[in-house]
Amino acid sequence: MMKTIKGIAAPLPLANVDTDVIMPKRFLITITREGLADGTLADLRFDNVGQLRPEFILNKAPWTRATILIVGDNFGCGSSREHAVWGLRQLKIDACIGTSFAGIFYDNARKNGLALPIVSPKTRDALLQFSSNARGAKVSINLDNRTITAGEISVVFEMDNATRTSLIRGSDDTLDTLEQAAAIHDFEATLDDSMWVNVIQ
Amino acid sequence: MSRTLYDKLVDAHKVCNLPDGDMLIYVDFHIMNEYTSPQAFSGLSAKRLDVWRSEAHLAVVDHVNATRDSKPHDAASKLLIDNLEANCIKHGIALYGLGDPRQGIEHVVVPEQGLVVPGMLIACGDSHTTTYGAYGALGFGIGTSEVEHVLATQTLRYKRMKTMRVIVEGDTAPGVTAKDIIMKVVHVVRAGGGNGYAVEFAGSAIRDLDMAGRMTVCNMAVELGARAALIAADEITEAALKGHPHTGQFAFKGENWVSDPEAVFDEEITISGANIEPLITWGTSPDQSVPITANVPSKLDYVSPKAKAALERSLKYMGLTEGQSAQSIKIDTAFIGSCTNSRIEDLREAAKILQGRQVAEGVKAIVVPGSAMTRIKAEAEGLRDVFEAAGFEWRPEAGCSMCLAMNDDIAMDGERVASSTNRNFEGRQGRGARTHLMSPAMVAAAAVSGHLADVRDFK
Ligand code: SF4
Repeated sequence: MMKTIKGIAAPLPLANVDTDVIMPKRFLITITREGLADGTLADLRFDNVGQLRPEFILNKAPWTRATILIVGDNFGCGSSREHAVWGLRQLKIDACIGTSFAGIFYDNARKNGLALPIVSPKTRDALLQFSSNARGAKVSINLDNRTITAGEISVVFEMDNATRTSLIRGSDDTLDTLEQAAAIHDFEATLDDSMWVNVIQ
Repeated sequence: MSRTLYDKLVDAHKVCNLPDGDMLIYVDFHIMNEYTSPQAFSGLSAKRLDVWRSEAHLAVVDHVNATRDSKPHDAASKLLIDNLEANCIKHGIALYGLGDPRQGIEHVVVPEQGLVVPGMLIACGDSHTTTYGAYGALGFGIGTSEVEHVLATQTLRYKRMKTMRVIVEGDTAPGVTAKDIIMKVVHVVRAGGGNGYAVEFAGSAIRDLDMAGRMTVCNMAVELGARAALIAADEITEAALKGHPHTGQFAFKGENWVSDPEAVFDEEITISGANIEPLITWGTSPDQSVPITANVPSKLDYVSPKAKAALERSLKYMGLTEGQSAQSIKIDTAFIGSCTNSRIEDLREAAKILQGRQVAEGVKAIVVPGSAMTRIKAEAEGLRDVFEAAGFEWRPEAGCSMCLAMNDDIAMDGERVASSTNRNFEGRQGRGARTHLMSPAMVAAAAVSGHLADVRDFK
């Protein structure tokens, strides 16, 4: 049961960070979910010859140990690639706190135990400041009562019920849904023949 | 009670409510590609699950394949292509693989095959699945775990979204295309302005579009963050349903697939068609666009230090100076293709500009038709000859190609591309590549000019 996420937070204030930036396509030529840690935010973390960019936040102590990102508006926009979320998890990121997330990214995150608490722009800016200034101080996200605490800051975040329950329980949506098989069969029985797609092989 | 088209579509596909607040919705038709499905199939194997309904799925090879040749260009892409084929054989799923006369970009081939009709629900592991809204169908992109979920259950967990109506009213001027309409909408609503919304497009400028134009509009609605885009079905839609391999096999007639006249939307935005000009993007987000007659923004245009810094960052990546005129931007490459603009109608528009003209010295120009069928049709109409005579390279195979550069069509660091695609993100067309989005006719105009140019100057 995951109820609280606690860790060092890194500020990543750029707006519209898309999934091409989170996981450049050269890392997508794969049939597994593994081995994506190095690809995550690769062009921000590494230069053209693969050297760490010392000025990038995740390459600087103490944020090399960050497990939470404070992100800009509309994080995760663009392509549906779940590789972006797999990669963030493999980079040991447990949560991204932001004001808005793209829909597919939000759903992908839930499936992989990445929490995406939504806060107001004002709170986000305060958390950006906190995470930049309070070197090494931890941010704590309580999923049970939907609160974030960081130093003096204590705020309530937004997260829909189903996502919150799923994160806390660590459930597998596919297996859960198969428990509703009878309801799916009942629905199919209401479809007439003209609603049955049969793709020609 | 009056309902929006979106609500009718959700209601018609609702299987049941779930205790945690989500609902289950039924997926009539599911499309897969080679790069977002492998881990879904391995998920099924690991959980020892079967595909719920094999005949309701289609797999297409389009993202990683080379378009110079019908064979995989390297071992890595071959691995993905072979993996998809093996999974389709194992589960009895239809596949349009390399060399298949039906192959092409997923969102181009589905309408060609008559696999979309009003009232359907379509899911696909690709964000541009919003394209099918052009037919009054609910289409949306899903991640790989959800691909596994649809394969195993034929359903998805779903939350009803808020609704937004975007009305584009009034005739657009000559030279203004569907691409310019949607780029304008993205500019006004902003990237992310549609997060959490299903958007319905309405108004005379939308109704006047043909199906290709409507698909361009719904395709790029995802750049707002909209998870669904819809256009009410009408006579133009009905006419487009005829004469395809699946025509008549299925129909979803339970409802009239339009919003009720009294239906209320959570948000409503009106844009004047007459005020839209041909647009180009100058930055690294699809909402960073200006009319081709205008200048790239300068710091004076912004108040907040944050916005000034963001502008600086975009301009640095794009290699532009603030305030420089759009038409002074010189290009290295012109690319016509992608699920946004690679249909026969798009190729015709570009060919009109290229007729009797030459690609400028030093510009590399490529056209990749959206599907094998589109290519054959274009060749029969003589469009290939026009493109080749102008100096464009005509690709014999269909696919996404330089839209996301997962094959061998990769733009180099600093290479500047006039592109008929949908995303100008950093690194999208190659590491350090600089993408300017515009209509296919505008790409043709840029190709012959050597710099971004106004299509209205080409009579
Ligand atoms: S053409 Fe581009 S946007 Fe469309 S499906 Fe292919 S990669 Fe995605």
